[in-house]
Amino acid sequence: MISKFQVAYKNLLRKKVRSLLTLVGIALSSWVLVSLLGFNQGYETSLNRDIDNMGFQIMIMAKGCPYEAATLMLQGGAGLRYMKESIMADIAKEPEVEQITPILMSALFDPNKGEKGGIAGYFGIDAKTFAELKPFLRFKQGGWFTAPDAREVVMGYEAAELETREVGDMILMPEKNVQLKVVGILERTGTQDDGTIFVPLKTLQKVLNTPEDITTIGIKLKKGVDSAGLEEKLYKLPDVQIVSLTQVKETIMKLISTAKVMVLSIALIAIVISMVGVINTILTSVWERFQEIGILKTIGAMPGDVFQLIWIETLLLCTTGGVLGIALALFLSKVTDLAMRAVLPYAPGGGLVMIDTRLVLLTLAGIICIGLVSGVYPAWRAGRIRPLEAIRGEAGR
Amino acid sequence: MNGKTVAIETQGLTKIYTRGIEQVLSVNEVSLKIAQGDFVSVIGPSGSGKTTLTNLLGCLDNPTRGELALGGRQIFGSGKRLSERELTRIRRETFGYIFQNFYLIPTLTVLENVLLPLTFYRKPGTESEALRLLGLLGIDHRKDHLPGEISGGEMQRVAIARAMVNRPEVLLADEPTGNLDTKRSTEIVQVLKELNQTAGLTIVMVTHNPELARQANRMIEMRDGRVTEMQA
Repeated sequence: MISKFQVAYKNLLRKKVRSLLTLVGIALSSWVLVSLLGFNQGYETSLNRDIDNMGFQIMIMAKGCPYEAATLMLQGGAGLRYMKESIMADIAKEPEVEQITPILMSALFDPNKGEKGGIAGYFGIDAKTFAELKPFLRFKQGGWFTAPDAREVVMGYEAAELETREVGDMILMPEKNVQLKVVGILERTGTQDDGTIFVPLKTLQKVLNTPEDITTIGIKLKKGVDSAGLEEKLYKLPDVQIVSLTQVKETIMKLISTAKVMVLSIALIAIVISMVGVINTILTSVWERFQEIGILKTIGAMPGDVFQLIWIETLLLCTTGGVLGIALALFLSKVTDLAMRAVLPYAPGGGLVMIDTRLVLLTLAGIICIGLVSGVYPAWRAGRIRPLEAIRGEAGR
Repeated sequence: MNGKTVAIETQGLTKIYTRGIEQVLSVNEVSLKIAQGDFVSVIGPSGSGKTTLTNLLGCLDNPTRGELALGGRQIFGSGKRLSERELTRIRRETFGYIFQNFYLIPTLTVLENVLLPLTFYRKPGTESEALRLLGLLGIDHRKDHLPGEISGGEMQRVAIARAMVNRPEVLLADEPTGNLDTKRSTEIVQVLKELNQTAGLTIVMVTHNPELARQANRMIEMRDGRVTEMQA
């Protein structure tokens, strides 16, 4: 016996180049679609993780542009202005606050970084409270500082890799010519902490000659408390601004949503183009086989049989093209990640393109559905061919 | 009819085509009876209506008027027109078709071409028919070849096997030797004759060639849409 599937498959091999080109079109559309949908969910997940991994829900900073400050904070840049460490005591008294930690951010130009030099981010932190806010931090080597004013550093995973540092090495703080001993190297977190160099707060204040100054206060709230109520109270503090990380996340997502709409529109256009390509390929193939299809009806094929044959061809093309496109998207996800990072104003750490099983299955199902819809018209036309017209060669009349 | 069962019977069968503003009377009031087991050849000049008559007999087309009965069952008559679906159902249960251009599927092997009708419709006990027919027609050694790799005569044998695989009651052959040389044409008609004699198959064969037509046990001549019985 020979099945309809075999007949359809063998027919696609008849015009190999045409079938291949259609397949490539579907594969490229699927690749774009999967990559963009993967970006859609990857970006949000990474941003959420970055913000959650900061360990606090509210940041207090000296007055300035809150979003710029928040972005710099996320990217490991310098704070804009300083505020006095003493305000922490008042904040810690608030009943909603579970833990607070002071941070002094500094960006110093390191001429030895890269070919033309680069910015090295230093975070002055209080190891005890900072570690309590970020319990997920694990050490690859060593541990936290031996004293609150020790001339020591803890390096993020990537920072240590980049400078090939080990515990016990001495590093020179650029611009300040201060030597610091590496006492700990963190495991990879997939966040901006990976590229950061942590210094005891007191040490950095001394080195930068900004005693009692800090740039940021991170506040972790007690579970279930109303953050809006605390924010109201904090707004009354002089010369500070409150940044809710939920708002920051929403703002970044809003900024990025325009870009997402654009890329999804491009993906939809690509899909429509490949749909038209599939319809054209199958319809051309139907007209070319006009007589053959008519003859199928003289040997017993009902209109539904012919419809199925043509539909199976479309299904084969779309499924194969879809699988190839998804494989391509998985294979090139790192490249897509880099390309996205190059064009986006802000990209969180971790993977920007997240392609999971659910996305793969949903996209494949979507492509197959689109393919089946594309195949309806050619299959219907084929099913309507009358054997007599075919025998007389009245194709297309 | 000598008491034989009637396979095909027509009464006043007429087909009129409209070509532009002109009406062409292709088949004109044809009344004939073809008994089961008959081997009927239809001859006549081009445009005489041979193919149109065969198409009407084979339910490939609806007549303009007249009646057609297959095995005593009325198919057309009293203004009754059948849908394409109904015609297909009748065709696959009753007829096998052979055409001048063979119409084999080029991407399928010889065996697959013969098996193809069974994909759509299968009468009980026809599973092993394909190989038996290829053997009977002397082309079993070509079963794994593609149509493009065999001769015209062999292609027509494959087409015959394909037409026969579902054990039709009537075999309709429209110019089956039209694309073949004299030797191959004689061989093909010989095959049809053997099928008629050994399997008792009813055959209607349209041909231009009077020599081949005389191989049948009945000859019908068509001229201007009308039929005349001739001495075979």
